[in-house]
Amino acid sequence: MVKNVLAAAAVFLLLGAAAYASFFIAPTDAKQGLIYRILFLHVASAWTGLTAFSLCFVANVLYVLRRKPHWDWLGVAAGEVGLAFTTVVLVTGPIWAHPVWGIWWTWDARLTSTFVLWLLYVSYLLLRTLIEEPDRHALLSALFGIFAFLDVPLVFGSIRWWRTQHPQPVVMGGPGAGLDPLMYKVLFFSWFAMLALMTLLLRQRYRLEAMRGDLETMQHEVEAA
Amino acid sequence: MALLSNTAVLLGKELRTEFRSRELLTTTVVFILIVIVLFSFTFEPTSDESRRFGPGLLWLAFLFAASLMLQPCFLREQHNDTLGSLRLSVSDPFAIFLAKLAANTLFLLLTELFLLPLFAMMYNVPVAGVLPWLVLVLVLGSLGISIAGTALSAISAQARMRELLLPLLMLPLLTPILVASTEVTKGLLDRAPYVQWKGIGFLAIFDLVFLTALWLFGEYLLEE
Repeated sequence: MVKNVLAAAAVFLLLGAAAYASFFIAPTDAKQGLIYRILFLHVASAWTGLTAFSLCFVANVLYVLRRKPHWDWLGVAAGEVGLAFTTVVLVTGPIWAHPVWGIWWTWDARLTSTFVLWLLYVSYLLLRTLIEEPDRHALLSALFGIFAFLDVPLVFGSIRWWRTQHPQPVVMGGPGAGLDPLMYKVLFFSWFAMLALMTLLLRQRYRLEAMRGDLETMQHEVEAA
Repeated sequence: MALLSNTAVLLGKELRTEFRSRELLTTTVVFILIVIVLFSFTFEPTSDESRRFGPGLLWLAFLFAASLMLQPCFLREQHNDTLGSLRLSVSDPFAIFLAKLAANTLFLLLTELFLLPLFAMMYNVPVAGVLPWLVLVLVLGSLGISIAGTALSAISAQARMRELLLPLLMLPLLTPILVASTEVTKGLLDRAPYVQWKGIGFLAIFDLVFLTALWLFGEYLLEE
């Protein structure tokens, strides 16, 4: 209990430091002014969401191959946490776009593919709730999770090739792209803070799922007896 | 080799089952026809507008139709309790998937080829000149829809709310197919038709990726 509180306190300190850095340490953007500072939340959440989905994929594959329930617990925890971070991305995106582009939403490559990604993982989590038997829902949702993750680069590629308006990739985006070095540092620090938050949430959610799994097993045993 | 001969036998079974009643084909054709007519109410289809919106409309209709058409694919086996015997009868369960997805591709293609001239006539878009290319896109697109759709229908057949669940799983997963085939079709229906090789290559890659995934993970989908 004390350990949990300490871990949570540490994560919130980190997040506070990241927020301070994004507001007061990173220099103001020459063209966009203050609004660009949402980038530190937006991009860091996007990367963290993708990290969580990758974890979910690894857990899904391992579940299918090994059939140990803890891979299923990790899968659902990572899927949910990833979905939460992706939701932050989808909310902060329009908040930035409205003053800068003059519109809330546009059907451009990264917006649309993030939205499709979000929908895929909503379906993944929904699927789990619609299959009664614990072993079945673990296996089938793991398989759907694998298909969904394989689909992500294809969704991204198709939409990027045929529909686009987003600013060109700023980080690792080729010539002409790039951020001020200090902004980079703040961005990576924000990502680090977000990853810490992800780990905290993941741990809690995993434990909850583990308890739920144990409860289900016990219920089955009682019913069988 | 056993895989191919098993697949051929199972494909024969799928086709026989369908062509005895033809209920899947008939209902799907009528469904797409309804969608095409309803779409015409949402915008005034002048010839230019048809060229712009027609391809997307057509592929949306095919996609929705497929999400209904693929429902009974595994459900039928479950109702008749035949999935177990199917699995026992073949050495590699991938044959079951191959047969089912080949049958589904064929059914989809048949309905599409039947509806294409009707669409061309009603929306005033000539298709005769680019027909071979159009057929290529239809084959690649339908194959992709069937590969992913067959796998997902094996999942949804085991869940509650399955009628609603299959489109929910299928439609977002098939976004790449929708985007790519719509773009290629748009190029073909243009006033100066052109072939978008990038799109055709993309469709082939999609088919290949999901076929490989199905080959690797398919057997787990049929576990009891």
